[in-house]
Amino acid sequence: MSQVAIKNLDITFGSNRVIQNLDLQIEPGEFLVLLGASGCGKSTLLNAVAGLTDVAGGQIWIGENNVTWAEPKDRGIGMVFQSYALYPRMTVEQNMSFGLEMARHPKAEIRERVARAASMLQLKPLMQRRPAELSGGQRQRVAIGRALVRDADVYLFDEPLSNLDAKLRTELRVELKKLHAELGATMIYVTHDQVEALTLANRIAVMQGGVIQQLASPDEIYRRPVNRFVAGFVGSPGMNFIEGELQLRDGKVDLKTARGNLDVTRYPFAERPEDGRKVTLGLRPEHLQPEPEEGWCPASLTVSVYESMGADALLCGELSGATVSVKLPSDWSPIPPAGARVTMWYDASKVSIFDAVTESRL
Amino acid sequence: MSSRPLFPAHAEGPRPARLNLGRLALYLCLIAAAAAFLFPLWVMVTTSLKDMEAVRSGSIFGWPAQPSLEAWKSAWTSACTGLTCEGLRGGFVNSLLILVPSVALPVALGAVTGYALSFWRPRGGKLLFGGLLIGLFIPYQVFIYPLVRILSSVGLYGNIGGIVAVHTIFAMPIMLLLFRNYYASLPMDLFKAARIDGGGFWTIFRRVVLPMSAPIIVVAVILQVTGVWNDFLFGLIFAGSDNLPMTVQLNNIVNSARGAQEYNVQMAATILTALVPLIVYFFSGRWFVRGIAAGAVKG
Amino acid sequence: MAQDGSISMRRPLKLLQGQTALLPGWLILIVAYIGTILWTARISFTASRSIPVDTFVGFDQYARLFRSNRWVQSVENMLLYGSLFILGCLIIGFLLAVLLDQKVKGESVFRTIFLYPYAVSFVVTGLVWQWVLNPSLGLQKAVRDLGFENFTFDWLVDRDRAIYVLTGAAVWQASGLVMALMLAGLRGVDGDLWKAARVDGASAPRYYLRVVLPLLKPSIFSSVVLLGVAVIKSYDLVVAMTSGGPGNATELPAKFIMDYLFGRQNLGLATAASVVLLVTVIAVLAPLAYVQSQRARRIRT
Repeated sequence: MSQVAIKNLDITFGSNRVIQNLDLQIEPGEFLVLLGASGCGKSTLLNAVAGLTDVAGGQIWIGENNVTWAEPKDRGIGMVFQSYALYPRMTVEQNMSFGLEMARHPKAEIRERVARAASMLQLKPLMQRRPAELSGGQRQRVAIGRALVRDADVYLFDEPLSNLDAKLRTELRVELKKLHAELGATMIYVTHDQVEALTLANRIAVMQGGVIQQLASPDEIYRRPVNRFVAGFVGSPGMNFIEGELQLRDGKVDLKTARGNLDVTRYPFAERPEDGRKVTLGLRPEHLQPEPEEGWCPASLTVSVYESMGADALLCGELSGATVSVKLPSDWSPIPPAGARVTMWYDASKVSIFDAVTESRL
Repeated sequence: MSSRPLFPAHAEGPRPARLNLGRLALYLCLIAAAAAFLFPLWVMVTTSLKDMEAVRSGSIFGWPAQPSLEAWKSAWTSACTGLTCEGLRGGFVNSLLILVPSVALPVALGAVTGYALSFWRPRGGKLLFGGLLIGLFIPYQVFIYPLVRILSSVGLYGNIGGIVAVHTIFAMPIMLLLFRNYYASLPMDLFKAARIDGGGFWTIFRRVVLPMSAPIIVVAVILQVTGVWNDFLFGLIFAGSDNLPMTVQLNNIVNSARGAQEYNVQMAATILTALVPLIVYFFSGRWFVRGIAAGAVKG
Repeated sequence: MAQDGSISMRRPLKLLQGQTALLPGWLILIVAYIGTILWTARISFTASRSIPVDTFVGFDQYARLFRSNRWVQSVENMLLYGSLFILGCLIIGFLLAVLLDQKVKGESVFRTIFLYPYAVSFVVTGLVWQWVLNPSLGLQKAVRDLGFENFTFDWLVDRDRAIYVLTGAAVWQASGLVMALMLAGLRGVDGDLWKAARVDGASAPRYYLRVVLPLLKPSIFSSVVLLGVAVIKSYDLVVAMTSGGPGNATELPAKFIMDYLFGRQNLGLATAASVVLLVTVIAVLAPLAYVQSQRARRIRT
């Protein structure tokens, strides 16, 4: 259990500055997820922590040590890769012992530690097999096992579940969560999958363009995204955005759009709203509901498509000049025909409002 | 519009069998082409089995009335390969002595260099790779004279060491191309995992990379065995008169022969020289093709 | 492992390991390739005969070279031989590959037969064809013995035609290579294209010419590069088959250079000739490489 601290980190590939002046502090025992689209710098950052990418500037600390220039093996880390990266010509057992063997641990200790990791991950019956003789899920468990035997302070995961099918991914996700609880080790986990991020993380760092956009708990990220990028990236189906400008009349605040006004008086503005400011209103699909509750505001939706998704359903249409989707319980009826106008309700205290130019939350 | 119906009204079940002229022509073409390609081989074999009387009187196509291995025996033991008349035996041994180190050294060098370039990405690596690749296209004549001088100044001219050095120098680009491309196709994550497990440069090479290199080593060895065995130019210049490889001695048997030409002996000698690469080729067809195809792929 | 918080001093070591492994490669590139080329170029500007001397004569050797009939003819021969050889290999190789692509029985047997000449030495090829084309005892006699008394096929000893039989032998050896490359290319062509073409009513020849051939551009490109390099390096085949004769009818630049380097001991002239050859290669390759890199860049962006 160690903390990881990244200070003023710069990473360049040729003339390309991939990561610029990045600061990040990860607490001991924390499960931190780096979330972002491909090319956002999240894997580069992870590789830098592992010592697999040279940094151009700044420092990386693990525990009490400045490991900026240390060899990967000396950093006290274990790492799991998307492609599993199992040594193909070695058995499962050899794969797991390789690192300990390199570190010249006594044979008996190697056997003991490998056996412990193997029983933790139910790998016992597979020990003499080669990677080619394993299924995808088994391979990834071996890869996790290989990281575990190192008894590391910090475990790094580089999209470990991306190559698995949906069902296995869910299973292994749960296993990882249990593992974290059991070991209590610090874990840094890179993914582009927001479900993994939301379910696994203590804190999520949403990255774009080599910059951490928001670092917060999953709840906070989901409920109060700091800018339009984070709002759009997290959540599925994605957040609905409606363009307009603020209108202050008689102590009421409205969003004035091309097609009518939406009441946002109850929105907890961080600064005093100014009249005429161009903004974007963000409404999650589940924030629009057919039945009102105390204090909710109405909005008119012109229906275009109804999609059943099993547990719930999606109603798509036009609302104040924007294309939006609404999440409904699947047993909701009657299903409105295309072209019908329906009144939907929303709680203005739960929406997000971003400046149209800077895209940051107001 | 014609009045003929587009679809026969009674069509049902499998299509009636009909003689497929197209297929027949296809196979005829292929067989004719195969015959043309095999023709020189046939002539070589039949001629080598005849005596000179039969060679002079009969047709080169004909199978000998009394096949004999006399010509093979004299090609192996007594044909004149220049000043001496001891057959191709010596050349065969020379070729073997040249072959073994001239295959092992470039393959090992190509593997290590390719590994370093693909995984460790040292500074200047791309420049080295690009520079050596250009060497693939440059005519040997530009290098030869200075190379003779350089090698003789370090005592590597006119002996086995010299010819091995030359083969190593000129095999480097293609070996590097083969290994680098192969290693570039391996997942980088594997190398990263090994780094985290604490492997150093040589440990990762020996324990992780080398065990995965069997296919490309086979391809490289086949390519280099046929290349070295078939070499004529380097053997002629760098091996020295005591170490002339089989190809050079074969050419001597035929083109410096004085007096009556013994065509049967010449053909026997030719087959003997071609035998090693042909055997390698017939037993490794698929790998051989991979080798030449890999040489064709640009880096 | 324990670090005292200060920055570890290991970084230079890690880089050193990779660099050391490249040492032999650098040595070969700098000494054996670049060094020798510069040395050769230097000699070509001197009056060197059997040993290199430092008497610089400017471009005299180059001027002498292009006044030499033997050199001019060897260059002309190379152009004729090279273009016919490349064209012949491409056509025959492509046809064979298409024939083999028809799901024929015994495909591997045919493939083995078409490619085996490529496995043997140019010396072997040269000697076999020299014997087959021997005017008194070879093909010509065999056909005459069959009753065609007036049949003549003595191209090997015909000044105007020897270059064609040399080309023929080279095509025999190398068209299998093109077949193998093209076949690999054909195997990469999406099978659904043939279904689409059939639905569109295209015949097989039309399909191969209009749809498949353009898709084989990479295979054609690498074939041409490989064959082109073979043309420039052509030495063994000529030596074994014709020794450049009759007269200078099959003389090629590579052989010209070797003769003047070692036989005639005229280093200045020989090195000038090899520099000309090198410049030719660069002049042909540089635009090709440029086009390739541009294409690669376009694909990447």
